[in-house]
Amino acid sequence: MKIPFSLRKNKRSNWVLPYMFFLLVFVVAPLVLIGLYSFFDYNGNFTLKHFVKFFTQTEILNTFIYSIVVASVVTCICILIAYPAAFFLSRMNVSKSRILIMLFVLPMFVNVLIRSLATVALFDFLHLQLGEGALLFGLTYDFLPFMIFPIYNSIVKIDPALIEAAQDLGATISQLISRVILPLSVPGITSGIMMVFLPAISTFAISEILTLNNKRLFGSIIQENIMITDKMNFGAALSLIMLIIIYLSLMIERKKGSQEEQETGF
Amino acid sequence: MKNKTKINIISRIYLYILLLAIYAPIAIVVIYSFTNSKSIGNWKGFSLDLYVSLFNGTGQNADDIGRAALNTIIIAVAASGIATILGSFAAVGLHNLRGRWRQAITFANDIPMINPDIITGISLFLLFVSLGITQGYATIILAHVTFCTPYVVLSVMPRLKQMNNNVYEAALDLGATPFQAFRKVVIPEIRTGMVSGFMLSFVLSIDDFAVSVFTKGNNGLETLSTYIYSDARKGGLTPELRAISSIVVIVLMVLLIIGNLRADKKKSSFQFFNV
Repeated sequence: MKIPFSLRKNKRSNWVLPYMFFLLVFVVAPLVLIGLYSFFDYNGNFTLKHFVKFFTQTEILNTFIYSIVVASVVTCICILIAYPAAFFLSRMNVSKSRILIMLFVLPMFVNVLIRSLATVALFDFLHLQLGEGALLFGLTYDFLPFMIFPIYNSIVKIDPALIEAAQDLGATISQLISRVILPLSVPGITSGIMMVFLPAISTFAISEILTLNNKRLFGSIIQENIMITDKMNFGAALSLIMLIIIYLSLMIERKKGSQEEQETGF
Repeated sequence: MKNKTKINIISRIYLYILLLAIYAPIAIVVIYSFTNSKSIGNWKGFSLDLYVSLFNGTGQNADDIGRAALNTIIIAVAASGIATILGSFAAVGLHNLRGRWRQAITFANDIPMINPDIITGISLFLLFVSLGITQGYATIILAHVTFCTPYVVLSVMPRLKQMNNNVYEAALDLGATPFQAFRKVVIPEIRTGMVSGFMLSFVLSIDDFAVSVFTKGNNGLETLSTYIYSDARKGGLTPELRAISSIVVIVLMVLLIIGNLRADKKKSSFQFFNV
């Protein structure tokens, strides 16, 4: 009796096979290809020249640094705007904050291009010049909700007893925020940083629209190279560099996260 | 007491100003879709001209915009349909799988959600180029299936966890074929998860730009977002884009609100945020 039963069970786990095959072809293999293309030249010979080019060609390196600066500035602006918003939302009763949260999230589902178009419209409407300001506004506008939610979640999770205890012991509001709420919401801020900084450095196309082609980000350089047949390998190398940055930051965040968990768990 | 109401008022004002700033750009696009002027800020009185010229194809580039919008919908329907079927089967299989293989597949399933879109797009672009496949409808749909299916798997898995496995076994013991048992027992249990996965995929597909731009090929296939991109690159934004953008925004918002209310009622896993 037991053998056919286990056979039956096996059969159902086999249902994952088509997707396993799909993942292998359309997720794993393409990523391997990025790595392969990075280390070969157009004629198929092994080379490291793409990476040398990245570090020696000042224009590309400058764009890379500029992208990191822009992403960092946007991340900081997002923290400054999002923290009070998350804090205020966390103090409202659930039925009210639910509706407000929904209102904050809805625009996120509108196509990035339509949102950029709308940013251009806003700047036209206010008779403001497009440029760096529009770029910073547009990116902040795109990624702000990704900062509000992790922070909101971490503030909501704080044990109210802790806040009451601090108040009973005579903490003022500013002390309460700086000594209790802010330190306990650090995990929310870190995951917010990951959710804003990483997409911000991989942005492309938006920058061209919002700055009238004057400022380019690293993503645009990748796109320009990858689309041209004999520069494809260089584009792949640039993508690999971006991938490495992304996975390194994720690893650092995970490690820090687990450390924090251990500390607070103790 | 006084202090508390003061803080409450400040917090309200802050949140409302923020919401105003977030909605102002979209609102301006929607408002200026109802006037026939070339540039924004130049109100020429209420008219439906942009919508009319969009739909009867007489407007500037209206044909191209219409075709791009149609492509967007075709791709979204095809990709989310395929993703829903593929992802539901995968979820059932994964649910019955243990050990290293389960870990490996779960990990691979996470990759498209972690990777930025530009990486997903470029990696697939390299795949199609190295296989010598001409890019067009098929490649763009496959690419969309790639980033949609993980969300379907994640929507269906919780429903399977809630399901009582014995019911399926009982159906088999009572003489149902595995297919019958699946259709009559499993599907009704996971249907809400499948619908949520489909809707989420549909929205993600309509929203996509980065993956589409790398996998659409260069035979003139455009989705709405790639069209806006190339139009903006040429310098002038076609006024009709305001009309089509307004339609997209309003349809999307209605879909999302309905989806969320549905999820609220049925407690399914479709939510805006699963942080």
